Amino acid sequence: MDVKQLRKAAWIIFFVTPGLMIVGVFILLPLFMSLYNSLFSWNQLLPVEFVGLENFSRLFTKYPYQQRFLNALQNNLIWFLSTMVLQNSVGLLFGYLMSRSIPGYQAFKRIFFIPVLFSIIAVGFLWGLYLKPSGLVNNFLGLVGLESLQHAWLGEERFATMAIIMVNIWRWVGFPSLVFLAAIDNVPTECLEAAHLDGVGEWKLFWKIVFPLIIPSITIITVLTVIGSLNVFEQIYTMTGLDGGPNYSTDTIGTLFYRTAFGSVDAGSPEIGIGSAIGVVIYILTFLISLISIRFSRNREVQL
Amino acid sequence: MISDLRFRGAGWGKRLFIFLMMAIMTIYVLLILYPLFNMVISAFKTNREILTKPFGFPQSIGFKNFHTVWVEKGFDRYFANSLLVTGVAMGFVLLFGSMGAYGVSRYRYKANTLVYMLFLSGIMLPLKAAIIPLFIIVKRLGLIDSRISVILIFIAMGLPSTVFILSGFMKGIPLELEYAARIDGCNDFQIYRRIIMPMTAPAIALVTIYNAVPIWNDFFFPLVFLQSNSRKTLPVGLSTFFGQHATNWSLLFTGLSIAILPMLLMYIFMSRYFIKGMTAGAVK
Repeated sequence: MDVKQLRKAAWIIFFVTPGLMIVGVFILLPLFMSLYNSLFSWNQLLPVEFVGLENFSRLFTKYPYQQRFLNALQNNLIWFLSTMVLQNSVGLLFGYLMSRSIPGYQAFKRIFFIPVLFSIIAVGFLWGLYLKPSGLVNNFLGLVGLESLQHAWLGEERFATMAIIMVNIWRWVGFPSLVFLAAIDNVPTECLEAAHLDGVGEWKLFWKIVFPLIIPSITIITVLTVIGSLNVFEQIYTMTGLDGGPNYSTDTIGTLFYRTAFGSVDAGSPEIGIGSAIGVVIYILTFLISLISIRFSRNREVQL
Repeated sequence: MISDLRFRGAGWGKRLFIFLMMAIMTIYVLLILYPLFNMVISAFKTNREILTKPFGFPQSIGFKNFHTVWVEKGFDRYFANSLLVTGVAMGFVLLFGSMGAYGVSRYRYKANTLVYMLFLSGIMLPLKAAIIPLFIIVKRLGLIDSRISVILIFIAMGLPSTVFILSGFMKGIPLELEYAARIDGCNDFQIYRRIIMPMTAPAIALVTIYNAVPIWNDFFFPLVFLQSNSRKTLPVGLSTFFGQHATNWSLLFTGLSIAILPMLLMYIFMSRYFIKGMTAGAVK
């Protein structure tokens, strides 16, 4: 190696090292530590002995871990499906309408994005107040004569999860709307104009021309929804509390994970072993589902 | 454009369709604006007024609540902490991120792809899932209850997307500019500083918003690592505040207004940048 190449190598190291060190210590190292830690039994913050996959088998088969884990996982699935069906399809509709310059679309666009900027914490606490039995939502139902529909939205098991999901959709619909808007705006206008001149109706125009061309952004939104659904934590924390009340009906992997790591599943001490196992499951789920979504959409992608 | 959705010249069916769609969108607009409006006016109401006249206006406008929350309840501290943590973290995200992007995109070498992949690994990995090892690491470093802990984690959180977006941008800058600077006697750092960085400015604005908003709003990491009240950031402070004043709704709405309104004000003046920045990761 000559001096010139050495100098080049030194410069590269100078540029990438600070960033790589931080990513290494705070992203990659914790990933491997999670995998490693999940194979040990723990006493507080100290590993006791190597137990192989026992933490995982306890998590999947033993009371109360199994019940809590499956219950939480089921709620995360509800989160994912509801978000896909309610939020992302509405987002797609709004994005499409705005791309077709529906009257007032500039104002719609700016207003839809407002709640996206707010912290989940503030939004959760705000709606937590509005959804209280004496809160604004019930007051409004009373005002329009729908007293029969008044409920303790966050206090009843059958409503609580859906209520929190609706709040989250309230906050986030603007995001897929504007992502889809940008994607549809990238579809060449000639395509739309030509189809329009040929007398293609709205419905057909959307499904046969626009939709196939924006599959990449649908994939991105799907992947983000997967990651978002698995990461649900603040929403529960602010509206029904760390225990995912009432009676664990709003519990998610995120809140269960937090309780396991910092104070236990059914009121005990932190359990690092089981907690790490849950962490690893979150990693694997995120990775797998993202991979599947990307695969799935690649088969349907259309190139112009 | 012919394919616009317009009332003029449209048939009745299409007019009805446009009208219906506008109605749906308007309902969502009201669902956004009214709760925010109600939050602000509730901050001026007494608890009694909030419960008895939920849709009414406050009887008198006074800023006593705001003073109480801002000064006595320590929101000034929370606010300052959020500014400090977000500012310092963003400074390093931009510095190390642009340097990393430069090192990945402007040189050709064998480990190039590997370095790039290492940076990008953080995009897909949910950092929250690693909270246990992060806690152990932060404890070893003696940084529990120090703002440095969350700053370091926020830097790590911001770097992957920053390197991704900036390196994509830097790849498009012609190499000829670099050669010319080299002939003028610039070294690599000067090229980065004087040539590449100024040309990257639009992308820098983008990644700043893309990362600063989630960092400003983050709750999870400050919740775990910051315990002293004097070190808490706004979201964690808000949470503590809600725990302490659960029944004083008037005060709670004031706290929420203080937490939410600054972001709204910034957005009103820079909505285009915010929309572009926040969707940067999902829009090519």
